Amino acid sequence: MSVVVKPRLPVAVRIATAIVVAILFLYVIPFMIPNYLVSQFATVLVFAIAIVGINLVTGYGGAITLGHAAFVALGSYTTAILTVRYGWNPYATIPVAAALSWIAGWCLGFPALRLQGLYLALGTLVLSITVPPVLKRFDAFTGGVQGLNVGNPAPPASVPLDESQWIYFVSLAIAAVLYVVARRILSGPLRRALVAARDNQLVAAVMGVNRARLTTATFAMSSLYAGVAGSLYAMIVGFVSPDTFNVMMSLSLFVGAVVGGITSLSGAFIGAMFIQFVPIWASDIDVSLGGLVFGGALILTLVLIPAGVGGLAERWYLRACARLGWTEAAATETAIEASTRGAQHEAT
Amino acid sequence: MSLLTIEGLQAGYGERSVLHDIDLAISERKIQVVLGANGAGKTTLLRAISGTTTRSGTIMFDGKRIDRLSARKVVASGVAHVPQGRGTFADLTVDENIRLGAYLRSSAEARQDRERWLTYFPRLQERLSQQAGSLSGGEQQMLAIARALMLRPRLLLLDEPSLGLAPIITQSLFKTLAAIREETGMTMLIVEQSANLALEVADSGVVLESGRIVLRDSAQNLAGNDEVRRIYLGYE
Repeated sequence: MSVVVKPRLPVAVRIATAIVVAILFLYVIPFMIPNYLVSQFATVLVFAIAIVGINLVTGYGGAITLGHAAFVALGSYTTAILTVRYGWNPYATIPVAAALSWIAGWCLGFPALRLQGLYLALGTLVLSITVPPVLKRFDAFTGGVQGLNVGNPAPPASVPLDESQWIYFVSLAIAAVLYVVARRILSGPLRRALVAARDNQLVAAVMGVNRARLTTATFAMSSLYAGVAGSLYAMIVGFVSPDTFNVMMSLSLFVGAVVGGITSLSGAFIGAMFIQFVPIWASDIDVSLGGLVFGGALILTLVLIPAGVGGLAERWYLRACARLGWTEAAATETAIEASTRGAQHEAT
Repeated sequence: MSLLTIEGLQAGYGERSVLHDIDLAISERKIQVVLGANGAGKTTLLRAISGTTTRSGTIMFDGKRIDRLSARKVVASGVAHVPQGRGTFADLTVDENIRLGAYLRSSAEARQDRERWLTYFPRLQERLSQQAGSLSGGEQQMLAIARALMLRPRLLLLDEPSLGLAPIITQSLFKTLAAIREETGMTMLIVEQSANLALEVADSGVVLESGRIVLRDSAQNLAGNDEVRRIYLGYE
C-alpha cells in the first residue's frame, strides 16, 4: 500500500529486499519446487494481475466490483479464438486481449460507475452471471459448452525450460511490468486525484478532477489487467470453457483482493496464493469446505486485519526497520496509523 | 475593471432554488466579504461561481462567460475554491495535498509555486511529510488555502476560513491572506459568519439574507453599520 511506504528505507535495505524477492521468484519457485506446483504458481501470478486490477478500482476508485471474471473471460476467449480459429501466435494475442478488455471496460464502466455502492456491486455481479450462458450460446465461435483447446505454448527450442517453467516466466515478466505500471499510477498525480475523488467529491471537483472520467478510466485500466490475466490463464490451462468464468471466480478474486489487502499491491500476490491454494487444501479434507474457508477468511480479515495480510506484512516490515534504526520511528508510526485509518475507511 | 461580474444569478440544488437574482461585481486586486446568517446562501454563491451546483444567469470572469462551464474548466480558467470544512485529505501527506492542487498544471510550474506558497505557510513547510490528518484545525485551513493557491488562481473563493478556529489563529490567517493580496494582487471573495476580522482586511462587502443581497457597502461602512454590528459582529 503506497500510503505506508512514506518513510523511505535506506538504499541498502531496499536493494536487499529486491534481491530476496528476485531469488524467490527467479530461482526458488521455478527451479526448486515440484513441476506441477510451478504451473500453479503461474496461475497465482495471473490471479495476482487480476487482483491488482481490483485494487485499482476498489481500493483506490472506491467502487466494489464483483464482475471481474467477465473481463478475465474476455481475455481468455480472445486468446483462444484467435489461436484456435485464426492460427495466431498466442503471445501476439495478449495485446489484443488487453485492448479489447480495456475498451469493454470503458463501455461498461461509463454507465456502471454512475451506480453507487451496492447497486454497482449488483450490476457487476449480474455481468458475471451473464457471461457463461452468452459464451455457450455462440458455440460456433466459442466452442460452446465444450470450450476451446488452446494448448500450452512450447518454449523456444533454444531455451532449456519445460512448458510450465516457460509459461511461469512469461507470466512473471508480464506481472512484473503490470505491477510496476500500477505502482507508478499510484504514486503520482493520479493517486492524489483518486483519493480526492474517493474521499471528497466537492474538493476533487474544485481541484479540476473530473470524477466520472477518472473512475471510468480506472475501471477500464482494471479491466485491462483482468483481460491480460485471462489471456495468460488460457495459455497456462491450455483450455477455456464457459463455466470457468462463473460468479465464483469473480467472488474469489474479490476475496483475494480483500485478504491480500484492498489497497496493497504486494498483497495481491498473497491474495492470489490464497485463492489458488486454499480451496485445493480445503477440498482435500472435505469437498464442501472450500466455500466455508473463503467466507470465513473474508469475515476474519475484515474484522481482524482490515488492511489485509499484505497490509499487515508491510506494517511489520516497517516496524522491524524502525526498530533496527533504518527509518525514523515517529514517521513510521504516523504512516502506519494513517494506513490503518485508510483501511478501516475501506472496510466500512 | 471588474474581474468577476455576476448578473441575475439564480442557483440551488436540483429543483430547490437558494439564490435569487444576485448581482455582484469584484474589481481586480480587491478583497470582498460576503456576510450572512446560516442558510442565507453564502456557500451556494461560491459553489455557483466555481460550477459545483446548478445555476442560471450570467457570470463573467475576466471578460469570459463561465456560467455554462464545468467545474474543471472554471478552475482551469483561474478560479480556486476553498470549500467549507477545508476538505484536506487525511490519508495523504501535507505535501501530497499541496501537489493535488497542481493537478491541472505542469510539474515544473507546480514546483516553483510550491516553494513560493510555502514561504507564506512556514508551519506547513515543517510538516510536509506528515499525514494531513495529524494537523491542527488552523494548519488544515492553511493547507486547504495553499492547495488552492497551487492552481495559480486570479480569483480565490474562501468559504468560512475561520470556522472552528480560535480568534488568534483566524487573525493570523487573515493577515496572511492580506499579505498574499498585497504581494500577488490576487482577488478574493471571502464568505464569513464571524465578520469582524474579515472586515478588517476586506475592501468591500455584501450581506446576504434568504438568498438575496440586502446590503452592499465598503468594508469600513459595513463595520460601522449598526444593523451589521448587531447581527454579524455580535456587539452594539
